[in-house]
Amino acid sequence: MRTYILRRLGYSMISLLMLSMIIFFIIRLTGDPARLMVGPGGRPEDVERTRVEWGLDRPWPEQYWSFIRNLTRGDFGTSFQYRLSVRDLYAERLPYSIQLATAGLLISLLIGIPAGIITAVKVDTAWDTICKIIAMLGLSIPGFFVGLLMIIVFAVTLRWLPASGSGTPLHIVMPSLALGWYFAASMLRLTRSSMLEVLDSEYVKLARLKGVPEKIVIAKHAFKNALIPVMTLAGINFVVMVNVAVIIETIFAWPGIGRLLFEGIQNRDFPVVQGVVILAGVMIVTVNLLVDLLYAVIDPRIRYS
Amino acid sequence: MAVEARPLPYAPTADFVPARAAKIVREIPLVPSLVLALLVFTALFAGLLAPHDPTLPVAGGGVFKPPVWMDGGSMNTPFGTDFQGRDVLSRLLYGARVTLMVAVTGTAFAGGIGMLLGIVAGYFGGWVDQAIMRLTDTWLALPSLVFAIFLAALLQEKINQLTFFLPAGVGNIILVFGLIYWTRYARVIRGEVLTLRERDYVRLAQVAGLSQARIIIRHIVPNVLNTWMVLASLTVGVVIINEASLSFLGLGVQAPTPAWGNMLSEARRTLMAGQWWLTVLPGICISVVVLAANLFGDWMRVKLDPKQRNL
Repeated sequence: MRTYILRRLGYSMISLLMLSMIIFFIIRLTGDPARLMVGPGGRPEDVERTRVEWGLDRPWPEQYWSFIRNLTRGDFGTSFQYRLSVRDLYAERLPYSIQLATAGLLISLLIGIPAGIITAVKVDTAWDTICKIIAMLGLSIPGFFVGLLMIIVFAVTLRWLPASGSGTPLHIVMPSLALGWYFAASMLRLTRSSMLEVLDSEYVKLARLKGVPEKIVIAKHAFKNALIPVMTLAGINFVVMVNVAVIIETIFAWPGIGRLLFEGIQNRDFPVVQGVVILAGVMIVTVNLLVDLLYAVIDPRIRYS
Repeated sequence: MAVEARPLPYAPTADFVPARAAKIVREIPLVPSLVLALLVFTALFAGLLAPHDPTLPVAGGGVFKPPVWMDGGSMNTPFGTDFQGRDVLSRLLYGARVTLMVAVTGTAFAGGIGMLLGIVAGYFGGWVDQAIMRLTDTWLALPSLVFAIFLAALLQEKINQLTFFLPAGVGNIILVFGLIYWTRYARVIRGEVLTLRERDYVRLAQVAGLSQARIIIRHIVPNVLNTWMVLASLTVGVVIINEASLSFLGLGVQAPTPAWGNMLSEARRTLMAGQWWLTVLPGICISVVVLAANLFGDWMRVKLDPKQRNL
């Protein structure tokens, strides 16, 4: 167990290291970091001053070292739009993204799990077909279009819900539906395949042979076991949802991380953009690590392979 | 009792169509293929089909004119006009051009990088394999949309340098998608190559002294092409949605070039005013094309790659 944890931790460290290298090199290959740090309309003197201040005139290995040092200290630079450290800005916006992702996750689970179970239990019936169509539409109709349609229907025409902003529970309804829409489809697919696999297993067959009522077989024997991969995906999806709601947060003026990233792009506020992207990578590497460790605790076969 | 269908002593198909090809043609999903064919047709002949110039206001049309079936609409601009008085139908038709261009070249570019890295990793193995696979894992740690936004934002400064012969911003998007979507190809193709290189005919080719480049081109590449096609057909839909997303955020295709994504973004400014057709029409175009691409991709997956049927 200990060797497994250490190895897995090592992999994550390598991933983070490579992530920092990729971002470091992409920035330097596509442009001049000093100009990016100064921002649009910066005078040449300012660019030069920043170059010396941030050590951008020194050789690359040295630059990389200070880049890493700043990152590990949690220093992502200062936003020139807000004159605040990126870390503080991010911390201010994060709770909103977590709120939105929680609501989106709930919606994706509420749609995806029941629909997934129905398709698996009633294979090749009308229910199955309907759920498959829902899954296909979920993957094909972009969430931001769903969001815009909802604004037209519920905010402009019916005037039931506020079109943008945050503060009341009503504000979160449309953005979380738009966000959860796509993830519901992936949840449905996974629940379906996971249920089908479990329903095919020996212990489910035995339970049926023993004469256990079908409802109990599905609820107790099958569903509980099929839930493990589904919950894993839910955990990963949650972290992804915190980070990818850029367009939905923009449409609904939801003040989360995605909106921060969009503002960063609009204002050419490079430190903000870089900070949001790096933290997204860190979060996802971390959640992958946690999921793997959790699996190793649950399933001994993994830690000995 | 089921009677087994026996082949007729002669093939009833026309002589010039091989039976296998005829069978595939019969089984192609009709509606998705028609939608995709229509997309290609529209993209190619947008210049002939569009009633007006997509970038200029329609003379005497006025702004925010509703579609023809609503009060105040006219046949001159069947889908209405936008905030600059431009014809929405013409902009939709020209928008198909950008969608097709980005979908095909972006997918192929990503597929090229992925296939190359996947084959190199799988065929040579050892530390090369380790390095490429670690890189792939790391690349996957960034959500593709966030990564795309990051790259596109960095490349924004160079928008006018990367145009080649393409409309402003399209070259950037293709580059961005190529750099993002190669990972899935690399992973899957590496897996295939790992088993392929153990096959007898590859061993024999090695013993016979063929150069490695020749073995890869003659014996490895043809065997991973099916998988490549399946992956490509499943990537197209995602690429189209993310192209629209980038254009929506102002990082993709630049105005005044019409693209469905930037039409949506322009429509958002007047969303509350009730001109719903400016949002709904491009949104439907994106959804229908992506749906068709996904259905077609699903069909290809089942057809070409039995191993992926349960995914």
